[in-house]
Amino acid sequence: MRPLNSIIQEVRAEAPSIRTFRLDRQLDAAPGQYVMVWVRGVDEVPMSFSGPDSITVQSVGEATQALFRLGAGCSVGLRGPLGKGFVLRGEKILLVGGGVGVAPLAFLGEQAKSIGMEVTSLLGFRSSEDLIFQSRFEALGDIIITTDDGSVGIHGRVAAGLKELDLDLFSQVYLCGPELMMWDIISRCIDQANKIQVCINRYFKCALGVCGSCCLDPDGLRVCVEGPVIMANRLLESEFGRYRRGPSGGKGLCRS
Amino acid sequence: MLMPSLSVDVGGLTLHNPVLLAAGILGTTGASLRRAALAGAGGVVTKSVGSTPREGHPGPTVVGVECGLLNAMGLPNPSYKEFQEEIDIAKTGGVPVIASIFGSSAEEFAKIARGLEPDAFELNLSCPHAEKYGSELGRYPEMVEAVTGAVKAAADVPVWVKLTPNTADIAELGLAAQRGGADAVVAINTLKAMAIDIETGYPILGNRFGGLSGQAIKPVAVRCVFDLASLLEIPVIGVGGVTSWEDAVEMIQAGACAVQVGTALLKGYSVFSEITEGLSRYLERKSLTLEELCGRAWRHK
Repeated sequence: MRPLNSIIQEVRAEAPSIRTFRLDRQLDAAPGQYVMVWVRGVDEVPMSFSGPDSITVQSVGEATQALFRLGAGCSVGLRGPLGKGFVLRGEKILLVGGGVGVAPLAFLGEQAKSIGMEVTSLLGFRSSEDLIFQSRFEALGDIIITTDDGSVGIHGRVAAGLKELDLDLFSQVYLCGPELMMWDIISRCIDQANKIQVCINRYFKCALGVCGSCCLDPDGLRVCVEGPVIMANRLLESEFGRYRRGPSGGKGLCRS
Repeated sequence: MLMPSLSVDVGGLTLHNPVLLAAGILGTTGASLRRAALAGAGGVVTKSVGSTPREGHPGPTVVGVECGLLNAMGLPNPSYKEFQEEIDIAKTGGVPVIASIFGSSAEEFAKIARGLEPDAFELNLSCPHAEKYGSELGRYPEMVEAVTGAVKAAADVPVWVKLTPNTADIAELGLAAQRGGADAVVAINTLKAMAIDIETGYPILGNRFGGLSGQAIKPVAVRCVFDLASLLEIPVIGVGGVTSWEDAVEMIQAGACAVQVGTALLKGYSVFSEITEGLSRYLERKSLTLEELCGRAWRHK
């Protein structure tokens, strides 16, 4: 499909380097799905939905910096929604997020609550100033916050908050955040890996499952169409948490 | 009843069936190439690799258009120095692995060929959207001949040459590859094309223009294969819009000894078994061998 033109309705600063862009159309996306956002003249990058008509973006590179220069009334091109999103299962679920990765989980939690599920959230941030969507998660149910510098909540990594929870009580766990944080959580919960849905990130180019830039070793799983949400037990023996390919297709270490 | 054999000797390789994965599609990693092999491809062609790492063009790199896909990936690759390990993994799929390579001169092609050990090489003399590479060399018959000759001298495996349709006379390019000693030609690469976002006037591809693939170009590919196969002594491998077994039959009747499938992978890896099974049933119904099917359209010249 050709990119659809979309006018930005509102831009909200959530944290110093995180903004939410509300778009003029609902794309009927499932939480965990993504949209390719074309910042014209610059690049096209994948973004997860933080709500039915919004994306929440951290400024990390040229394309996101260019997106940050756009305000209400400016337009972008959209291809999506794409990929496989989260699937709600059971009655009592746990959301585990880190940094801007909490965005699709807030969207997911709101859908879960609306159909009567019980939602608990464990959210990690570097510091209080990076904390986003606190009120959205508080409205869903119990919430545990961790910060690396101890400025809010439990002092430590997300895994420090895991000790407060009994995973056996949850029918399903939903995970989204930096890769090493997610790998840390998964490796502490290997016996529960068949009930953890993980939203992962790889270098997407075509977003149609043909170019091969996002394929995961060792099975060649096409993350852009067979993911980005993948069951944790499929990741245990994969490259996930160890290395990832960049834009050239060459391998690099996971740094965050 | 015994199903007709789909096994074929083409361009120095023996394939258990004539349906290969085309270059540039799911060919960045050994794992995705092996997955194509396990899904039933008769051979797999890697993403094109060059002498130095390239990140490729900015996005959008791919856009869906009427009856096809437009792409300007920009030859992203980690360089041949990092690619042998992917080839080795791909080989565990049990079918021939053909390394697609590109360079800006005969010497650069030869250097890359000396640094890799695939089952065959496919020379990318036809990518339409990367400056100094692909069709910028491949539209000149003398360059096609020189590059082919240099790689033949450097490599001890078969050498296939992938041709561009962005020329007045593709047959001339095929003859040049044959003179250079090619074991087969592969036709066609994408057609140079572009799409514009009418809301803003921006060309959609980050590179502005790119190459068109998919069903839209199949009739062009069939004509090119027909012309090349009736003229050349070396085999022709047909590529361009092959999506169904009917398309494969048509391409083989035009004179292709084997076909490659690319854009049709949009439907998933099952496309290989769908095409080979359909081809097999067709041959059985017509009581034909694959060899007898090849070039059947020429009798109506």
